[in-house]
Amino acid sequence: MPTTRSRATPELLLDSVTGVDLALPVAGAGARCYAFVIDWLIRAILFAAWYGVAALIYNGRWSFAAPLNPDPRWFVFVVAPAAGTYFLYHMVLELALQGRTPGKRMAGVHIVARDGSTPGVGALLTRNVFRLVDSLPLFYGIGLVATLVTKDHIRIGDMAAGTLLAYERTDVALPSAADAEIAGDLLSRWSSLTSDARQHLAIEILSRYGYEYGSTAATDATLRAQLERLSRGPTR
Amino acid sequence: MTRARAQTPTQRDEALQAALLQRTEQWQSAAARSERLSRERAANLADATQMADDYRLLAHDLARARRLMPDSRVRQYLEAAYLRAHATLYREASRPAEALLSLFRVEIPAVVRWLTPHIIWATAIFILTVGAGYWMVHTYPDLISLFASPDLIATVEHGQLWTAGILNIVPSSVLSLQILTNNIVVSLFAYCAGFVFGLGTLYILGLNGLMLGAVFAFTGQHGLDGALFRFIVPHGCVELSVMCLSGAAGAAVGEALIRPAHGDRMKSFQVAALRSGKLLIACALLLVGSGIIEGYLSPRAGIPLWLRMAVGVGYWLAMIAFLRPFASDVTPRTESTVFSPVTPAAPR
Repeated sequence: MPTTRSRATPELLLDSVTGVDLALPVAGAGARCYAFVIDWLIRAILFAAWYGVAALIYNGRWSFAAPLNPDPRWFVFVVAPAAGTYFLYHMVLELALQGRTPGKRMAGVHIVARDGSTPGVGALLTRNVFRLVDSLPLFYGIGLVATLVTKDHIRIGDMAAGTLLAYERTDVALPSAADAEIAGDLLSRWSSLTSDARQHLAIEILSRYGYEYGSTAATDATLRAQLERLSRGPTR
Repeated sequence: MTRARAQTPTQRDEALQAALLQRTEQWQSAAARSERLSRERAANLADATQMADDYRLLAHDLARARRLMPDSRVRQYLEAAYLRAHATLYREASRPAEALLSLFRVEIPAVVRWLTPHIIWATAIFILTVGAGYWMVHTYPDLISLFASPDLIATVEHGQLWTAGILNIVPSSVLSLQILTNNIVVSLFAYCAGFVFGLGTLYILGLNGLMLGAVFAFTGQHGLDGALFRFIVPHGCVELSVMCLSGAAGAAVGEALIRPAHGDRMKSFQVAALRSGKLLIACALLLVGSGIIEGYLSPRAGIPLWLRMAVGVGYWLAMIAFLRPFASDVTPRTESTVFSPVTPAAPR
């Protein structure tokens, strides 16, 4: 059964029939807020843009005011599309983009079911209906508290729908024969280069292929071993 | 053979690594297929079954890459490809027309049958609170200020219903849109509020019942209860029934938290929310109809009571036919293809 592993960044551990486990890093309150704020800005801009342009066209002059007497055309062409864009933004986009919205894409997260699959229509609808509760009393107060106190960082809507937000795995490219050749070329000149120069070149090449070098400096031997691994290349 | 036996562990690992790295084209093909099938249907049966083979291939090679090349680009690539294949393979089949047909023909009636005790209880609570509201204002008339706005009270005290002449101010279309939007939100809220162990749902049901009873008592004191009944009857039969239905859905959510029936509270809550949530789709559709009636027919003067009764009862019977609570060809607790709770992967 899928479980979450407690760490600084919790992971959703998925069993598979193949026997090879998967671990999905679960997004926390920070990534959620980041995605939400971007999405909120987008829908606020869309709302304001539609309302503004439609109101100007409706009034035929520089005025955004609603008519004194309620007019069906005002509601159909100005209010309903603007309000629909604002309130149905998440529901429509999450359904259309398989659990993603522009904000979630920018934050590098997406909605997944607890078995790691893309959530179904029912789960996404339920998740969004429960925004009514999560958004209480103001500014998603309940939802925010829920994401802070639950171990999977989920809001009430996620609990109801059986979903959570996971970080997207960035697409990586496999090293090609050309990459192997570059690595081989550097290795052939390894002893003729100064230590600084070869380490600089090695890190530059290896960084392009997914090796990460944080604050700790890589040793000469480590870099050489990694270059040798790359030079053997996957396509030989 | 002799040379193979003489290999050191390192040499053996390097040989395995080399053999593994010769399969990159298969990985790329598998990744492309799972990416394509995440967006569209398989071209044919072979295409679909190849996806399952790809999944096994990626799993096998990922397990080796994790051991042989734990910090390599290859392992990262295989992790991402395997995850995408997993998501594609476990994704729900996309058959929207079939799913919708099944939802309305089988699943919603099954939910109504499953929720029958909750519907009975929600209706009883609603009727009791209507009676309580009526009794309170009938006995202590000043209490109407707890349930109605000053404008409404003033209008009734002047011998008129607040709905009289409303169509001169607001067109029917706008009125319908406002009413149906408001009713759908209240209905969804009654369902979601079940999260507070059912107390939120109880509050919404109770408050609406008290208000209805109180307003009936208040209009009765001014001789307008007949007019109020004439106004309410065309749309109210379904609207009030839907209130009880959404209250029942919320009560099921609350009950799942109070006494979990599926393992832990979280799982029970999820199952109840997804299962009873189907009924909310029916509720929303029914409220669109009653909103249109309330905007176009209910406030219009000159429509005889028999026609109002016919519309109200007719729409209510149509609701019963739609929900099919007495249908025998549905299995209660049917798992939805649209709203099914996530089933965990099979254990190893």
